[in-house]
Amino acid sequence: MDMIAKWFLELYETTGINLTIVYDAYDRQRFLSGLGMTVYLSVVCILASIVIGAVGAWAQGSPLRVVRGLVNGFVVLFRNTPPLVQIFFFYFGLGQILPRIEDVDGMRVPILTNVQWAIVSLSLFAGAFNVEIFRSGIEAVPRTTTEAAEALGYTRFGVYRHVLLPLALRICLPSLNNNLVNLLKTTTLAYAIAVPETLYVSKQIWTDSQNVPVMMIVLLLVYTALVGILVFIMHRWEKALAIPGYGQGGAR
Amino acid sequence: METTPVTDAPSSAGWTPDQPLVRLVDVRKSFGSLEVLKGVSMDVAKGEAICIIGPSGSGKSTLIRCINALVPIDSGTIRVEGQEVNDPDLDKLALRRKVGMVFQQYNLFPHRTALQNVMMAPVHVLKQDKAEVEARARTLMAKVRLADKENAYPGELSGGQQQRVAIARALAMRPDVMLFDEVTAALDPETVKEVLVTIRELAEEGMTCILVTHEMGFAREVADHIYFTDAGVIVEHGPPATFFTEPRDPRTRGFLSKIL
Amino acid sequence: MSEVFTAAPAARQKGDVLPVLLPFRAPAPRAWRWPRLRLVHLVGIVGALLLIGGGAFAQGGAPRLSALEVIWKWFPLLMSGFGFNILMSVLAMALGTVAGIGLGLLQIGENRFLRRLAWAATQFFRNAPWLVLLFFAMFMIPFQFRVFGYTIPFPDWVKAIIGFSLPVMANMSEILRGAVASLPSGQWEAAESLAFSRRQTLFMIILPQCVKRMLPPWMNLYSLITMATVQASIVGVSEMLTLTSQVHAAEGGRPDLLAPLYGFAMLCFFVYCYPIERFTLYLERRFQLNQ
Repeated sequence: MDMIAKWFLELYETTGINLTIVYDAYDRQRFLSGLGMTVYLSVVCILASIVIGAVGAWAQGSPLRVVRGLVNGFVVLFRNTPPLVQIFFFYFGLGQILPRIEDVDGMRVPILTNVQWAIVSLSLFAGAFNVEIFRSGIEAVPRTTTEAAEALGYTRFGVYRHVLLPLALRICLPSLNNNLVNLLKTTTLAYAIAVPETLYVSKQIWTDSQNVPVMMIVLLLVYTALVGILVFIMHRWEKALAIPGYGQGGAR
Repeated sequence: METTPVTDAPSSAGWTPDQPLVRLVDVRKSFGSLEVLKGVSMDVAKGEAICIIGPSGSGKSTLIRCINALVPIDSGTIRVEGQEVNDPDLDKLALRRKVGMVFQQYNLFPHRTALQNVMMAPVHVLKQDKAEVEARARTLMAKVRLADKENAYPGELSGGQQQRVAIARALAMRPDVMLFDEVTAALDPETVKEVLVTIRELAEEGMTCILVTHEMGFAREVADHIYFTDAGVIVEHGPPATFFTEPRDPRTRGFLSKIL
Repeated sequence: MSEVFTAAPAARQKGDVLPVLLPFRAPAPRAWRWPRLRLVHLVGIVGALLLIGGGAFAQGGAPRLSALEVIWKWFPLLMSGFGFNILMSVLAMALGTVAGIGLGLLQIGENRFLRRLAWAATQFFRNAPWLVLLFFAMFMIPFQFRVFGYTIPFPDWVKAIIGFSLPVMANMSEILRGAVASLPSGQWEAAESLAFSRRQTLFMIILPQCVKRMLPPWMNLYSLITMATVQASIVGVSEMLTLTSQVHAAEGGRPDLLAPLYGFAMLCFFVYCYPIERFTLYLERRFQLNQ
């Protein structure tokens, strides 16, 4: 470790490429924790948004007009407003209105921290897109398949759980894949409410060390790598789920 | 027109009409490790109509695509009017001016009307006078019996109609030889006939035609010569009268017994 | 019985059955019309209004302005901010579209090296978060250029537009490549057999057919970039979100005003972007029917 640190210090002195995140223990720690926060935000939001999408798509098939109307309203509202304003609305707007609670030290603190608000708003944002994605997947499942399941005595939820969702998921995986990549990229917006994720800590580091161009390249590479990893995992999942002769049309 | 020097390109200067119009000698072609053409030779005389038949995957479509250089060949020679097709310096425009092609899937340009489809290449590629091309295109549309569909878009035409527009489009280039690649394979049974009638008329008018087809009755009626291909080689060839009645090779007999 | 057999082709139609091979179906005679106000829209709009006005009920009797009155008072200022967002989105879209078409053409070009390079650039800018690209443009582009002794200033908002146009460029490049790839290869072959040159084929046969396919994703992209322009406030460009927080400060920083103010910003974007989304969907459906 020392050797590497020395080499990068020398790299800075000879070429001006100042990678403090490698040779400086404090910056390294900061950067890694930022990276960890990005991964944490992404994973939690991905899982939550998939749940929101699945539940929303199910509710869209509800016989009750009000339920369908509410879900559709949620979807169009979150799809057609800027995610950054959504985050501000939740964190500043709702966060200020909601009552405060007492924490273990007896301090009056907001119910949700900025990280939690970021998770809530990002999950809702991506979830709205997922509802649409799952819905189009469900529509692509032939009506006859559902009828066959109903004829076998499945309940509406049973049809959804055992037949529709598994088939729809395979059809819509490519678009789900796209949306989750988009969600990963959108986690940078948490920067705006001071969530210490990768972009936030990078800004701190380049302010301290005056190495903007280097950190900029590092940032772009880090996100390229993160997206690459997510795409890789999704492709593995797609492959694992593939049924011979089904849903190949959606893939490229 | 002096703007079309392609008809007497220098490389075909030595060719006279009594020689084969299209001559293939030992043509070989592989896709990766799969050899689809294993030494194919054939001669097509001017005014002749020949049919290439054979089981699927025997290399028929590849063979016909080689003739107008849509598919480059690995070795052997292909000459069209004495001009070597397998030549890196080949003037493809000159070749394709001479060789018209009609595809299984019609491949009309969906964003242009039927008449525009016929006019496009002569106007844009050969730079011919638009009014003159338009008159010719209308004649061709009438010839394929679609005079009333000139302004229809391909999407508004049936498969048989689209295919006849495709034939007119190829003819608009005034080719010396026409290639037909399973042109009826994608059609409904009831529209197959209208396309075949058009092709038969062409052949009867003396157009040199090379057809890949599965329509045995049509081949027998129209072709001057039948070639049977299997696994990348020409197994047997002859005039339809003898080919269908007394096939010599067991592979030919096997194929014919399955489909006739 | 026939119902069962249609199942498989229905699944395949999306990808590998070429649209031109499908039997022609007369397009449904459905003209574009403005979305009718239905329960869906009422939920969205009324919900937003309630959120905005919500603060008003909480503050009875006080001499302070209610949330709606505050918004009304600052309406012209907030709208000018929103107008600036729209301006940025239009300029970024124009710049990004032109650059993206260039990059996309390189991606499908004949030069192997340029093709690889264009592909790499496309992927790189497509996978980077938009906010990071915005920072990238803000910090990496100098605030002025000197050309032939002239000094061309590059104010922050111009840099922001360039920052927004980077992801537009990458996505546009991919939209173009995808549209060209989605055309049946028979179109290329037919053009080739009619002696069209590659350039002629591309510009007279392939691209005209692609325009229609590219329009819906292009409009979708526009909607996304419009909503992304608020990110300019993070890097210090004064637009609607910046003005919103300034209005909030000017009104004494009352916490209860934040939700209505941000709700109003959401409403503005919703009113602008929702018709675009509806129109995009309409076009998509119409093209699917027509093909």
